[in-house]
Amino acid sequence: MFNSIVVPILIIGGMGLIFGVLLGVASKVFAVKEDERIPKIMEVLPGANCGGCGFAGCSAYAAALCKGGVKTNACPVGGEAVAEKIAEIMGVTAEKKEKMVARVLCNGSPDRAVQKYYFDGPRDCYSAHKLGGGEKMCAYGCLGFGSCVKVCKFDAISIQNGVAYVNIDKCVACGACAEECPKKVIKILPLRSKYTINCKSVEKGKITRHDCQVGCIGCGICAKTCPKGAISISDNLAVIDPAKCVNCGLCAQKCPQKAINKVTPEGLVRPEPKQAKPKLTPEQIEALKAKKAAQMKDQSQPAGQKEKKVKSEQVKADTKFNDVVKDNIAKEAEARKAGAAISREMDKKTDEIDSTQEMEAQK
Amino acid sequence: MVAELLVIAIGAILINNFVLVQFLGICPFLGVSKKVDTSVGMGFAVIFVMACASIITWCVQYYLLVPFHLEYLQTIAFILVIAVLVQFVEMFLKKSIPSLYSALGVYLPLITTNCAVLGVAIQNITKFTGVEMSFVKSLVYGVSAGIGFTVAIVLFAGVRERLESSDVPEFLKGMPITLVTAALLSIAFLGFSGLSF
Repeated sequence: MFNSIVVPILIIGGMGLIFGVLLGVASKVFAVKEDERIPKIMEVLPGANCGGCGFAGCSAYAAALCKGGVKTNACPVGGEAVAEKIAEIMGVTAEKKEKMVARVLCNGSPDRAVQKYYFDGPRDCYSAHKLGGGEKMCAYGCLGFGSCVKVCKFDAISIQNGVAYVNIDKCVACGACAEECPKKVIKILPLRSKYTINCKSVEKGKITRHDCQVGCIGCGICAKTCPKGAISISDNLAVIDPAKCVNCGLCAQKCPQKAINKVTPEGLVRPEPKQAKPKLTPEQIEALKAKKAAQMKDQSQPAGQKEKKVKSEQVKADTKFNDVVKDNIAKEAEARKAGAAISREMDKKTDEIDSTQEMEAQK
Repeated sequence: MVAELLVIAIGAILINNFVLVQFLGICPFLGVSKKVDTSVGMGFAVIFVMACASIITWCVQYYLLVPFHLEYLQTIAFILVIAVLVQFVEMFLKKSIPSLYSALGVYLPLITTNCAVLGVAIQNITKFTGVEMSFVKSLVYGVSAGIGFTVAIVLFAGVRERLESSDVPEFLKGMPITLVTAALLSIAFLGFSGLSF
């Protein structure tokens, strides 16, 4: 009786006691001194560990704060509310910080930007970037494979129509996407300035126009339009100075390429892709001609001398305009031919690369 | 003697790999294998805990439990020892290697109730390897079991890092493809069962 009950209890209990004492001693010996403010700051911080403050995570930021020399408003997620609370804990006055937001400087969805090949590799921007700089003819545009989506901890980025899109309500400007993007097409800009030039191409206007329907060609119309002088052109690319911008939106209206868009919480106000005019049947053309002729007759009979003169001027201007349009069409056709030649060359090159890789694999 | 120890070591690392053949310690194997760096840290923590656990449980078994005929309390006594050990390791890491401590994070307490560690302790006693385990042999078995765990988790972490950037079908994303990969790795390790001495 004694042996079967008391001895086991004593032995196991004794082991527990010895281990407990050992752990108690160890916890004193290995005690780590922590600043009392660190857990307090940790409670205030959002705990997202995004690294937007420039430290490894929230705990690293809290530790750095207590060490000193770090600003209390570095947390982009918490914003002013958190900055005030941290300042209270640290016993300093809070500094104000402007709300920033990430923006994708590209609007070249596949129906607007010319593709040079079809990428069938791993669905990730770095892989696509390594193969000839990606699918797009434009070397500066968004690749659309969503490497930024993967790194965003706030679910603020999505791929819409082949281009990354930032939800400005969810974005906290931690900068993880800007860091990740192999094309560096994402920029952190102040939220106050609503209009963005969604292009990063520094190629000459002709090349940009050929590569993409919505690329900035550096024509400078926006710079001339802007009443505040907030836009400047450098390297064939317009840049808005957010400090001077007053959000009048004149630049977006005047931009011939529709490269300037307004950023709204509902989404980027993007221009619709240009639609080709529907082709008319021969009967419809005949009908239109007859209608026009009838109108001309109606107008020519009661028209006076003065009106005739005006009309002839109008006709002159029309023909001139038509000539310009024809000229443009011819140029465009040429450019397209040139583009096709380039893409054929690219195809050849990629074929060559593939075959050499296969050879190596066989070896 | 050396040959015998070598047979025990290779048996624990490859032939009877704790994770991939005996399916012990799957929880940390799936939990900490997202990055190679952290998985290496986890592996070394497990090696350390397994080595200490096999020594101490061997002593507990042969100097406490057997003389008093208390072999039936084996499991409770061993769990007690392992839990204390892991607590100790946690404190030690927090003090001396804070970076490793923050990397292992919530997974360190997982070793406390890790069946792989308890498995080593019990297999040391039950002649799993086919020979009577002396003190040195059980230490070697513990260390090599830990090495086997490390090999498995590091290999798996490497595969998972590559999986991150590959084109996985939507319905397999996340845990499903991870489990499929683990199963394939396990099948590969079954090939070592042909190694008999």
